[in-house]
Amino acid sequence: MTPLRRLLAAAALWSAAALPAAAQETGEGAGAESVVLGLSQDSVSISTDFDGSEILVYGAVKREVPIPADPPLEVVVTVSGPFVPITVYRKERRFGIWVNTDAVEIDLAPSFYAVATSGPFDSVLSNVEDLRHSVSVPRAIRSVGARVENAQAFTEAAIRIRDEAGLYQLLEGAVHVREETLFSTRIRLPANLTEGNYATRIFLTRGGRVIGDTSSMIDVRKVGLERWLYNLSRDLPLVYGLLSLTLAIVAGWGASTAFRYMRN
Amino acid sequence: MQLYLPIAEVSVSLFLLLGLGVMVGILSGMFGVGGGFLITPLLFFLGIPPAVAVATGANQIVASSVSAVLAHLRRKTVDLKMGTVLLVGGLGGSGVGVWLFNYLKEAGQVDLLVRLCYVVFLGIIGGLMLIESLRALLNAQKGKRGKRKSHGWVHGLPFTMRFRASGLYISAIPPLLVGAAVGVLAAIMGVGGGFIMVPAMIYLLGMPTKVVVGTSLFQIIFVTAFTTIMHAVTTQTVDIFLALALICGGVVGAQIGTALGSRLKAEQLRILLALLVCAVCVKLGLDLVIEPTELYVISQEGAPE
Repeated sequence: MTPLRRLLAAAALWSAAALPAAAQETGEGAGAESVVLGLSQDSVSISTDFDGSEILVYGAVKREVPIPADPPLEVVVTVSGPFVPITVYRKERRFGIWVNTDAVEIDLAPSFYAVATSGPFDSVLSNVEDLRHSVSVPRAIRSVGARVENAQAFTEAAIRIRDEAGLYQLLEGAVHVREETLFSTRIRLPANLTEGNYATRIFLTRGGRVIGDTSSMIDVRKVGLERWLYNLSRDLPLVYGLLSLTLAIVAGWGASTAFRYMRN
Repeated sequence: MQLYLPIAEVSVSLFLLLGLGVMVGILSGMFGVGGGFLITPLLFFLGIPPAVAVATGANQIVASSVSAVLAHLRRKTVDLKMGTVLLVGGLGGSGVGVWLFNYLKEAGQVDLLVRLCYVVFLGIIGGLMLIESLRALLNAQKGKRGKRKSHGWVHGLPFTMRFRASGLYISAIPPLLVGAAVGVLAAIMGVGGGFIMVPAMIYLLGMPTKVVVGTSLFQIIFVTAFTTIMHAVTTQTVDIFLALALICGGVVGAQIGTALGSRLKAEQLRILLALLVCAVCVKLGLDLVIEPTELYVISQEGAPE
């Protein structure tokens, strides 16, 4: 009894002291519940037979107060690839053929983006919080200074195209929360993955408000022969070109010779 | 079995790539075309970025052309002298072509122009070849022989050279011009240019079909080798894994193709090539005219799809 009471007292004292500062960052109630995050792997190696990878994101909620009765705890997990600028073109019919006409440059768009939630997205995270933390795909894409009319349609198209390619995923209900304390989800990284640091973010929400968050990095790197060839093509392009050419000529000559012997 | 391509940064089925290589190799050996006009669009379809598809296609064509040329050399169906003259023109032309390509790229719309080039040239060549070869086939059936060689303006030009393997005694200017024109188009369209070269040699230079294929392949080796090195250095989009997978299929296919080609009659060969060229032309043409299901395209790092 005594340790628990001491703990509660300490928590109350701490939260009272921390509240004004914390409230500015993540809203009231912050600090009462925080996330301990685990990843099944913190690096992904792209080798020759790489065929995608599955990351298990799991964790626990650390709290110094009893579990609040209501509203229920929800968890949002995002995994995003490196952000790069893209250009979206729209085709229009000109003189009977379809031509790229208008273009909108999207300053930063993730090459991969997955959002997993423990419930329907709109009920898990409010619009304001989504805007503040850039959680959903449309919020994660940054497009500024678009001069074309109806630029929104271009952004939507970019999301639609990457969504169909499996590069952008919204996995509602994919996060399993147990006893309001433990959570886990699996995120499938596709085979056509680009290199870079993949940011993993976890948000704890109650009633659509973020009450705690944390983040971690997954290092996605080519290894072995893939790494060596990639570096060679960038550092010594002429050598790489000559290597490709030599292989091609040898292969052509080899096949021709082999076939001649087979026929004789 | 999946293969992750280090430069293209996509994972593709190895067997699919091998199959594609075999198919294009057969065409290469049979018709003396590099197959670039087929392999490049097919690689787009597999999800390979266009810049990688074009550059790697060139590398693959080197291998299948070497394989096929060696087979043709043994059969003595390569006019090395004519090939060299064409090549001199070709390298000059592709230099101009690369400059033109970069100029068009700056101006935007290079993708559309490449496609239009394909449709126009494939359409003209395929159509003409089809008409001509059908006529030749009909004449042959009636027992008549078509004119073997036409003596026109081509034969009145200076700098005459003797091309023994082709049985020609003509000026060096027309082959140089043909080589240059093909070089320009090859650089713009990202192909070896065999499908333009072969008909040009038959109809413009009056070369016998027998040596046309080998000679075309001979000069394609050098033009595509030049393109490969240039892409590796400037755009850095040659994917060696992708090339190797295509090559492995391609070299086998080229041998099969050469064997098949020697069994078919020249007229039949021409009709088949004409039909193939027309089919690709129609497909590309329809793509331009029919409303696409997705009106938007994403382009990353300035490489429009």
